[in-house]
Amino acid sequence: MKTTPMPQHPPALETRGVNKWFGANHANRDVSLAVPKGTIHGVIGENGAGKSTIMSIVYGYQPADGGSILVDGRPVAVRSPRDALAVGIGMVHQHFMLVDPFTVLENVLLGAEGGVTLAAGMARARAELIRLARDYGLEVDLDRPVGELPVGAQQRVEILKALYRGADILILDEPTGVLTPQETDHLFRILRALREQGKTVVIITHKLREIMELTDNVTVMRRGQVVANVATARTSREQLAELMVGRKVLLRVEKAPATPGPAVLEVAGLRVRDGAGVERVKGVGLTVHAGEIVGIAGVSGNGQSELLEALAGMRPLAGGSVRLRGEELTATPDRFTARGLRALGVGHVPEDRQRVGLVTGFEAQECAILGHHGDPAFNGRLLMDRRALFDRCAAEMDAYDVRPRDPRLPAANFSGGNQQKIVLAREMERNPDLLLVGQPTRGVDIGAIEFIHRRLVALRDQGKAILLVSVELDEIRALSDRILVMFDGRLVGEVAPDEADERRLGLMMAGVAEAA
Amino acid sequence: MGDALHVALLLADATVRVATPLVLAAFAALYSERAGVVDIGLEGKMLAGAFFAAAVASSTGNPWLGLGAAVAASVALALVHGFACITHKGNQVVSGMAINILVAGLAPTLAYAWFRQGGQTPLLPGEARLPQIHLPGVEALSGIPLLGPVYRELIDDANVLIWLTVLLVVATHWVFTRSRFGLRLRAVGENPSAVDTAGLSVTRLRYQAVIITGVLTGIAGAYLSTAHGAGFVRDMTAGKGYLALAALIFGKWRPWPTLFACLLFAFTDAVQVRLQGVPLPVVGVIPVQFIQMLPYVLTVLLLAGFVGRAVAPRASGVPYVKER
Repeated sequence: MKTTPMPQHPPALETRGVNKWFGANHANRDVSLAVPKGTIHGVIGENGAGKSTIMSIVYGYQPADGGSILVDGRPVAVRSPRDALAVGIGMVHQHFMLVDPFTVLENVLLGAEGGVTLAAGMARARAELIRLARDYGLEVDLDRPVGELPVGAQQRVEILKALYRGADILILDEPTGVLTPQETDHLFRILRALREQGKTVVIITHKLREIMELTDNVTVMRRGQVVANVATARTSREQLAELMVGRKVLLRVEKAPATPGPAVLEVAGLRVRDGAGVERVKGVGLTVHAGEIVGIAGVSGNGQSELLEALAGMRPLAGGSVRLRGEELTATPDRFTARGLRALGVGHVPEDRQRVGLVTGFEAQECAILGHHGDPAFNGRLLMDRRALFDRCAAEMDAYDVRPRDPRLPAANFSGGNQQKIVLAREMERNPDLLLVGQPTRGVDIGAIEFIHRRLVALRDQGKAILLVSVELDEIRALSDRILVMFDGRLVGEVAPDEADERRLGLMMAGVAEAA
Repeated sequence: MGDALHVALLLADATVRVATPLVLAAFAALYSERAGVVDIGLEGKMLAGAFFAAAVASSTGNPWLGLGAAVAASVALALVHGFACITHKGNQVVSGMAINILVAGLAPTLAYAWFRQGGQTPLLPGEARLPQIHLPGVEALSGIPLLGPVYRELIDDANVLIWLTVLLVVATHWVFTRSRFGLRLRAVGENPSAVDTAGLSVTRLRYQAVIITGVLTGIAGAYLSTAHGAGFVRDMTAGKGYLALAALIFGKWRPWPTLFACLLFAFTDAVQVRLQGVPLPVVGVIPVQFIQMLPYVLTVLLLAGFVGRAVAPRASGVPYVKER
């Protein structure tokens, strides 16, 4: 399906038949794509589709096992980032490649110092960066340590680094994952300004909306292969999703209006401090009823994580009251623990499944009973009943479509989506009255997202109460029956999902606007 | 008054002489650890340096050849450490410890095989030791109060390696704050991925750092056996490598505070020597073992209580593996 018209100018960037193996995993299979000069090009695909791998190869960060790369129609040998920079390719990685204690200026200078001493290079870089900032809207304080900057500004530093090195082709790997909607808008304005100046931009993402909004052309990858190269204007979100997953995907969650029952969780004046003693939750009150999903939206780091952990009994309260089915939990501190809450019918899908939700070195069947290991069903007189464990896990894997369906495989060997399904199965199959869910689909494939969302709605329809914390606005809006917005440790407003347009939520999340 | 000045000068002089190998070793580790390679093997490298300096100086009668041999031996060990930890991404503490154990046994064994003097090298004559530098004008200045005695006792006739160390401290400060190499070194210890993606070689930078560490620990060893002392004695480093590491942590991996920490440790050592057998008010004469504990007790106290949160270079001790 090649519908991109052949441009007059040779493509700014082209790959031909690139292959890459990681052990037995064929991460890139004959990947060929062409990026016309002066365009914004999207590369989209599920996790593990190989989109980051191909761009790592283009940037010289990973060696290819075959194939060729062309810049402006000429074959280039890119064996290291240095080679890539020399032919005008710059990259903004998903995890920023910045030295936190260094100032912005030092970070930009690293590797492009322009001399044995720093003084002359610094003066030159400062002048050049001020010019770049003016031309592209890349304002950032050059003398602040980058570790103190908000993520949006850190990303601008990464872009400045690439431009300062003379990049004509800028590759961005999942650039919006950590940004607020306003920061995302700012980034997109910068990228469009770059395009106007004749630069070529490649953006790797799994977010369909961004592809449709920003790009001129899009390459879709699935399981290491390019499955389509299309002009963005001639495709649709639905078509792209289908290409990515290989089957039809429902992008919207089908759900009936909620029929809330009695209050299950009532929180008042909750205060929580983090490990360093800083108050992160500053007096939060909320209620979750049976049969509804309450979503907490917010930019990450505004206290949602601490709130969720406190309610799950993982973090001591600094004040406030928590009532479960009308019963005050703080009155019995020995029950208000992660273990005690399980007995009271509270399930918890933690935000960080790798560190909190699973023991990644354990087998799946062992992970499937974490927190329930004392259950007589799994225990003989002296030893654990491995058979019961195996059967239980195998049944859950069937029900939740976990792949591969092998209860003895270590949890670390499952993909993110399948790890999450193991955790979800464990928590949801205990039939909890209240389910606390943090970032249920972070790093999860679009096909698995659909499945997880359907499961959560089904649980709601069984009359369970669900408290959802997510930094994905789309997810919050799709699942929630009520949306609470958290900013700086406080709930700053409540919005009904049908009134929750992105702009308004974004402003509330940034602490700018109160609920109307 | 004159007597107090004299005591103060003697203490200062002893402090400088004891501090010199500490400073050399601590700054050696500064280069390595700021580049992300933990070096617990300072002790072993220093000991190897001390042995080879004394052995070669004793055989050839030339202390400069001894110094060269010390540096070569120490760099060779540093490269072993680098090969294990940088190239093969091994555990840095284990590798460093292995070097310490290896040298602790190897040096006296070689000494015995070569010199048959019970694991020592022969006492070095004056011309086989590294020279002191005699400055002009001692007589001319001796009449001036304060300056005269300070010049005579403290500055004149200092060993050449002491001057080298002073130079090293200043140069290190310059390297870390003003030079391209320093910027890259600091970066590779904080976030090697940033260095890699900036088109620089993490491996190369870390090897450079480790080699500098080898050079400096070699000099420190040579100081012990051919400048401060007059021959190699088994275990003559006596934990100075670890003390230097403590000073580095106390100095929070920064040049000037690290220098200060070394001087503090050396000062307590100088005081400890003077206090031996001297009756003190109230407590009387303290047994010498307790006095000798002073520097070590101070180390423990400082590291436990007064340092505050010492934030090590973030990538320190972590082998660099590319992310997928």
